[in-house]
Amino acid sequence: MNEISKKDRMKIPRQPMPEQDKLERRTNFSEVNLGFTEELAKMEALRCLQCPKPICIEGCPVEVKISEFIKLVSEGDFLGAAQKIKEDNLLPAICGRVCPQEEQCEVKCVVGKKGEPVAIGRLERFVADFEREHTELRLPELKPKTGKRVAIVGSGPAGLSCAGDLIQMGHEVTVFEALHELGGVLIYGIPEFRLPKEIVKAEINSLRALGVEFVTNAVIGFTDTVDELLANDYDAVFIAVGAGLPYFLNIEGENLNGVYSSNEFLTRVNLMKAYRFPEFDTPVFNCKDKNVAVFGGGNTAMDAVRTSKRLGAKNAYIIYRRSDVEMPARKEEIHHAKEEGIEFILLANPKRFIGDENGWLKGVELVRMELGEPDASGRRKPIPIEGSEYILDIDMAVIAIGNGSNPIIQNTTPDLQFNKWGNISVNEETMETSKKGVFAGGDIVTGGATVILAMGAGRKAAKAINEYLSRS
Amino acid sequence: MYEIIKAEFIAPSVKKFIIKAPKIAQKRKAGQFVIIRINENGERIPLTIADSDKELGTITIIVQGVGKTTNELNQLTTGSYITDVVGPLGKASHIENFGTAVSIGGGVGTAIAFPTAVALKDAGNYTIAIIGGRTKEFVILEDEMKKVCDEVYPTTDDGSYGFKGFVTAKLKELIDSGRKIDFVLAIGPIPMMKAVAETTRPYGIKTVVSLNPIMVDGTGMCGGCRATVDNKTVFVCVDGPEFDAHKVDFATLERRNKTYKEMEETSYHSFQCHIDKAFEEART
Ligand SMILES: Cc1cc2nc3c(=O)[nH]c(=O)nc-3n(C[C@H](O)[C@H](O)[C@H](O)COP(=O)(O)OP(=O)(O)OC[C@H]3O[C@@H](n4cnc5c(N)ncnc54)[C@H](O)[C@@H]3O)c2cc1C
Ligand code: SF4
Ligand code: FES
Repeated sequence: MNEISKKDRMKIPRQPMPEQDKLERRTNFSEVNLGFTEELAKMEALRCLQCPKPICIEGCPVEVKISEFIKLVSEGDFLGAAQKIKEDNLLPAICGRVCPQEEQCEVKCVVGKKGEPVAIGRLERFVADFEREHTELRLPELKPKTGKRVAIVGSGPAGLSCAGDLIQMGHEVTVFEALHELGGVLIYGIPEFRLPKEIVKAEINSLRALGVEFVTNAVIGFTDTVDELLANDYDAVFIAVGAGLPYFLNIEGENLNGVYSSNEFLTRVNLMKAYRFPEFDTPVFNCKDKNVAVFGGGNTAMDAVRTSKRLGAKNAYIIYRRSDVEMPARKEEIHHAKEEGIEFILLANPKRFIGDENGWLKGVELVRMELGEPDASGRRKPIPIEGSEYILDIDMAVIAIGNGSNPIIQNTTPDLQFNKWGNISVNEETMETSKKGVFAGGDIVTGGATVILAMGAGRKAAKAINEYLSRS
Repeated sequence: MYEIIKAEFIAPSVKKFIIKAPKIAQKRKAGQFVIIRINENGERIPLTIADSDKELGTITIIVQGVGKTTNELNQLTTGSYITDVVGPLGKASHIENFGTAVSIGGGVGTAIAFPTAVALKDAGNYTIAIIGGRTKEFVILEDEMKKVCDEVYPTTDDGSYGFKGFVTAKLKELIDSGRKIDFVLAIGPIPMMKAVAETTRPYGIKTVVSLNPIMVDGTGMCGGCRATVDNKTVFVCVDGPEFDAHKVDFATLERRNKTYKEMEETSYHSFQCHIDKAFEEART
């Protein structure tokens, strides 16, 4: 098999991801992508040219040894491949599902220059799932105990990856989480149909088995402050509280009944399981046969609109002020959304929400937009077209235009430096903050970004915290 | 899991719980609240901390059974457990020596007004409490209030106890008697808080209310608790829960609180049926 020529490798088409039927999946919350079979994975792995200087790795924020793990897959050594990935990425089952590979590793892949790139993300996912399904929990060896204690604030990908590294380095680690459930956005934001919660729980359980202590219902700033953690025998603190402050549009009618932030809508459905109401007590707007509009063009917007469809929405719209090429969501999510019958209203911006006599949302006034010169973000700036206003009938709206940083830590940690957007200022090499013994990473530093960047930041911080602790 | 050290009804369908939560007991200040989730399938609901005991590590909450969750909570007895309790959340009441401070509680709102009345007294205010109920048995915490306030006036709508009439009538009477009142705190049903705001507005008396919107996280993450105050949107869980009564848009709050009315009824109904069935099974 390995003797296969480069030319023959190039002839193998990119293997399709088996998916749940597009009509059927609109009515359930089960995962859309079903994952490669062993045969598909091996076939896909053969497409990799095993470049002597693989450039795919340059696109990966944590530098997974892509060609090496793919080689192991092609040889059928799936567990070996899993080990190889885990040298650099602690959460491959999650990253294989949610990373924007098309703008990271896969965009670099040489095979993609002529045809379609190697499906690195799908292979990563396959390998991680194979390992989870076929092995008992295998715990890495821990370094001897150092007696140092680290408090981690927030249990999203940044916090979890930092905890995983620090515990292996021999430190005692406690993760404090404000919510009753661990996992951050992976649990409350990203829906089950894209990232089954069972996978996130498995990752957390393996950290628990390594000895990481988790404390839920602990809002740092209120329950304990950062200073209290440092005073109460923690030698260092890593702040990974994410970007938990929803932006609103600040237009008329935004407080009408039926208008949600994406955080609220997704939290109700995912974390609180409102899609199983009344078995679960938390309600959410009854979307059945209703018209739903989601404002925004990122992953969060796609998650919200596809969720509303699954809750029975008759018409579910994405309303985005630029065109589809500027949409920040992953290509796969946009594609899936379209397959599921989501309607895209592009180059349109909301001006005001309109309510009925009881204060329930009944419509939105939109204005058409056109693209002008590129702005600071390099994307062409949308400009309203005078006189093009029109009204769209909607019963529920979800605002998914991004998150700012939650001010709780800022308000309760006076000597910690923040930038003007409320993000914590850090040394980018070490993730050290202005406060001694305090490190920070993930969305609270970068603003809303990606799972892999948060994970990378967590690992960088773990390394720096380890060095800091060995000095102190 | 958080243990219920003691649970007892103090008025019809109003139950007082003493819950073991040492961290929260240490930290909490008047005006702050907790969010609780009774069990794995439960919703997250905010409840004001009525009292705490640092030594015993307990907090007190007082719950009126109105919907499914509060009624389910009120079924819990001494020795049972609540899955999640998180806090203390929200800003503490702004306390200073105003002079003469009137704390008004309507129904279970008295429980929420109580800790702030204590803090007002501690800050040196001459404190008056007006505590209202529909009828006598709905007037709660009278003895507790009497211990901390200089004057306490119970009121009932039907005159079955204390002053006959709404809390606002009693307040107006106090104001009109020529007493100088410097500060009013009002906590209770929205119509009551609105009425208090309208009573004090013409006199320019500083008036504060504690808002009770629907919440999820209680940490400023979801924006579900937003209200309109001074024509601006606020997140009650982190910017409040207490606000200047003369600037609150009560109509919006009242309307938003009805968002899930139908669903709450469904949920409550199926809970009731479940209880009735269990009750019947127990009898046969
Ligand atoms: C709906 C949605 C979909 C997304 N889809 C993708 C995707 O497909 N691919 C991708 O790469 N990225 C995606 N992202 C972005 C990605 O999820 C985030 O960049 C990433 O989760 C950030 O990780 P984090 O660890 O910094 O923070 P978070 O995941 O936000 O975790 C922070 C945690 O800290 C807790 N916390 C907050 N304040 C406190 C406090 N004071 N005390 C204690 N705990 C606290 C929070 O409750 C939370 O659990 C998506 C985001 C959303 C919202
Ligand atoms: S660039 Fe593409 S072909 Fe080359 S090693 Fe990476 S995945 Fe394989
Ligand atoms: S309850 Fe979610 S922001 Fe206030």
